[in-house]
Amino acid sequence: MNRIIAKRLLSEDVYRIEVEAPNIARERKAGQFVIVQADTEWGERIPLTIADADPGKGSIALVFQAVGASTHKLALKEPGDAIAVLGPLGNPTHIEKFGHAVCVGGGIGVAPLHPIVQALKAAGNRLTVIIGARTKSLLIMEEEMRALADDLIVVTDDGSYGRKALVTEPLKEICSRDPKPDLAVAIGPPIMMKFCAETTRPFGVHTVVSLNTIMIDGTGMCGGCRVSVGGETKFVCVDGPEFDGHQVDFDQMMRRLRAYKSIEDAAHEKCHLEIAAAGLAAKQAVEAGKGGAR
Amino acid sequence: MTRTNEQLASEARAVWADISSRELKPRDRLAIPVQDMPCQDPVERGRNMNEVALGYTEEQARVEASRCIQCKNAPCIAGCPVRIDIPGFIGKVRDGDYASAAGIIKKTNLLPSICGRVCPQEVQCQLPCTLGKSLGGVDKAVQIGRLERFVADWEAREGKAQAPEIAADTGKRVAVIGSGPAGLTVAADVRRAGHGVTIFEAFQKPGGVMVYGIPEFRLPKAIVQSEARALEALGVKFELNFLVGRTRPLMSLLSKDGFDAAFVGVGAGLPKFMEIPGENLVGVFSANEYLTRANLMKAYDRSRAYTPIYPSRRVAVLGGGNVAMDSARMALRLGAEEVRVLYRRTREEMPARAEEVEHAMEEGIHFDFLSSPVEVLADSEGKAAGLRVQAYRLGDPDSSGRRSPVAIPGAITEVPFDTVIVAIGNESNPLLARTTPGLVVDKKGRVLVDEAQKTSVDRIYAGGDIVLGAATVILAMGEGRKAAASINGILSNGHS
Repeated sequence: MNRIIAKRLLSEDVYRIEVEAPNIARERKAGQFVIVQADTEWGERIPLTIADADPGKGSIALVFQAVGASTHKLALKEPGDAIAVLGPLGNPTHIEKFGHAVCVGGGIGVAPLHPIVQALKAAGNRLTVIIGARTKSLLIMEEEMRALADDLIVVTDDGSYGRKALVTEPLKEICSRDPKPDLAVAIGPPIMMKFCAETTRPFGVHTVVSLNTIMIDGTGMCGGCRVSVGGETKFVCVDGPEFDGHQVDFDQMMRRLRAYKSIEDAAHEKCHLEIAAAGLAAKQAVEAGKGGAR
Repeated sequence: MTRTNEQLASEARAVWADISSRELKPRDRLAIPVQDMPCQDPVERGRNMNEVALGYTEEQARVEASRCIQCKNAPCIAGCPVRIDIPGFIGKVRDGDYASAAGIIKKTNLLPSICGRVCPQEVQCQLPCTLGKSLGGVDKAVQIGRLERFVADWEAREGKAQAPEIAADTGKRVAVIGSGPAGLTVAADVRRAGHGVTIFEAFQKPGGVMVYGIPEFRLPKAIVQSEARALEALGVKFELNFLVGRTRPLMSLLSKDGFDAAFVGVGAGLPKFMEIPGENLVGVFSANEYLTRANLMKAYDRSRAYTPIYPSRRVAVLGGGNVAMDSARMALRLGAEEVRVLYRRTREEMPARAEEVEHAMEEGIHFDFLSSPVEVLADSEGKAAGLRVQAYRLGDPDSSGRRSPVAIPGAITEVPFDTVIVAIGNESNPLLARTTPGLVVDKKGRVLVDEAQKTSVDRIYAGGDIVLGAATVILAMGEGRKAAASINGILSNGHS
């Protein structure tokens, strides 16, 4: 089991936890993920991308949004509590000096994008970073991205902060320029990645997407994470998580992500009161100590 | 015509009262009826997760043991992958000396409570049984597996399990990768020689296929847990949620972390699919996923488990092995109204353990032999709604004498199903081979080993399904024993 050493509320329902995991901190590379379980008896195994790692301290950072029963349960864990973490899983991002890379992060997808931006920067790429959220309060990691990007573009759907636009708008503008970017990376909700891929396709800009699907083991054993890529079935856990966005069947993937929706809604509803009460208390406590580890 | 468990038990009492007081000749033994296994009622058990087979009473065990004619050549021993002294332990059961019976079994088999439940005895020890041959059928053989289970359960119940002796600490350490049947066996044998052992397991609980794959109703998880706890009591360490190859490269365990040898027993990892249209629709699962949700993640307990299971009414299970039987029976227990097993050949060719097929049929699972799907059909929301099923006939025998199925032209029907579980086997997980330089695998990704279970890399041994392809618990244990002997050999001699 791995101890939580710090916890921070990044935005509404979005948490950043730092977890003791010396092996993972040492071995992980940009683009890899872990499977987390809030309790090993009844908890669900949920895949989360590694947002950051500190090999010296022996810790990794995970960012997640409390959207369902399992992530709410995780959100109730406090520093000092232990959770189970397996990883690092999946293939690392292919990093080289491409030239000009445009990196798009939507919502909570900004967190997994962060280590990739770090690695691309370290490899000497020029970076345009676009981060977006539905509204200002849901925007995360702006400062971290500003420190790495040559150009940072911030957008919100409702115009409450930055430019009022979807991420695809500035992405299209950048692709229209001459010379066009050498690489695009898009991480966020499936629908956003789908439209990013559609935006870059006519320009022929190679577009990497990182998929987060339903998984049980994360090691290739269950096949629950399978997606069609270029007409072939791939396992996100061992063949991915990153794929050529122009080849991914996003519609199929989105249908598979909703496979348990009715059950999950019911489960969420059932434990909602209990979680809401405990969650509120936790949130207030976090907010009281906002800005640092508690 | 099936008799109740009470009837079975009272018949056994009567037979035992008759035979226990007199000297039996071989022909008397031949006349003793086979003792059927007491089981939960088929209708009742279709609604619960409890173990189906309940185990012999003492009289049933002693009567069954009395059927063994103790033949000199004991062909049963050769049929057992770990060569248990079968007539020896059966003689002790007959005499009521269960402790000695347990001692005899445990000389070669460390996990009898598991093997007694999941071994395919009808193709191993019971196949060549002299009694079965004289009586004209393997179903008339001495019920060796049931007796093995009786002895193991007696030992557990009485708390008489003797901790094996452990040699003085050698200071050597062995890494065991995977905690399935092969890994647990290696751990026990290597630890007994005085070496330190750490087992690395990717899941949150030890047991491998015995916890994620084989359901509670066939192998209670408490048994697997107690075997793991027994190893811990011997000083074996468990590193759970640790994926060797990712969390730490295998070579680093040897070169940096102070392990003197390693055993790779990671099982057959990747589920095969049919490669037919529609296989990625919602409602199509690998058996691995379906069973792992239900077993390891306990999705059957809907009020407590956070892992959901798909709500199914009409379920198709594709395949004819034990995993197909487990999936079908699990779907039934999870509330499916109709479960059909589709198999391309006939009952005779089914690789599943005979008892599991019988149990499945008793529980109301339907079998569509000589049929296999060519497409999964979708509803308007992209969920599985049915199968297009091709009918087959058995063709002429090929050079090996096996009759292979031949598609009947035009014999295609559409059958409604909301859930499809694919149980047609596994391929090897490539992770360790990819991350371990020099580890040689064959075309199918199986790790190549020599007769001592040694791989192409010094100090690394392998066994079980990662070497055999999908096989059985007992074969994995047999390989584990060989590998452990080799590892103990190199650690005591200092050469490899």
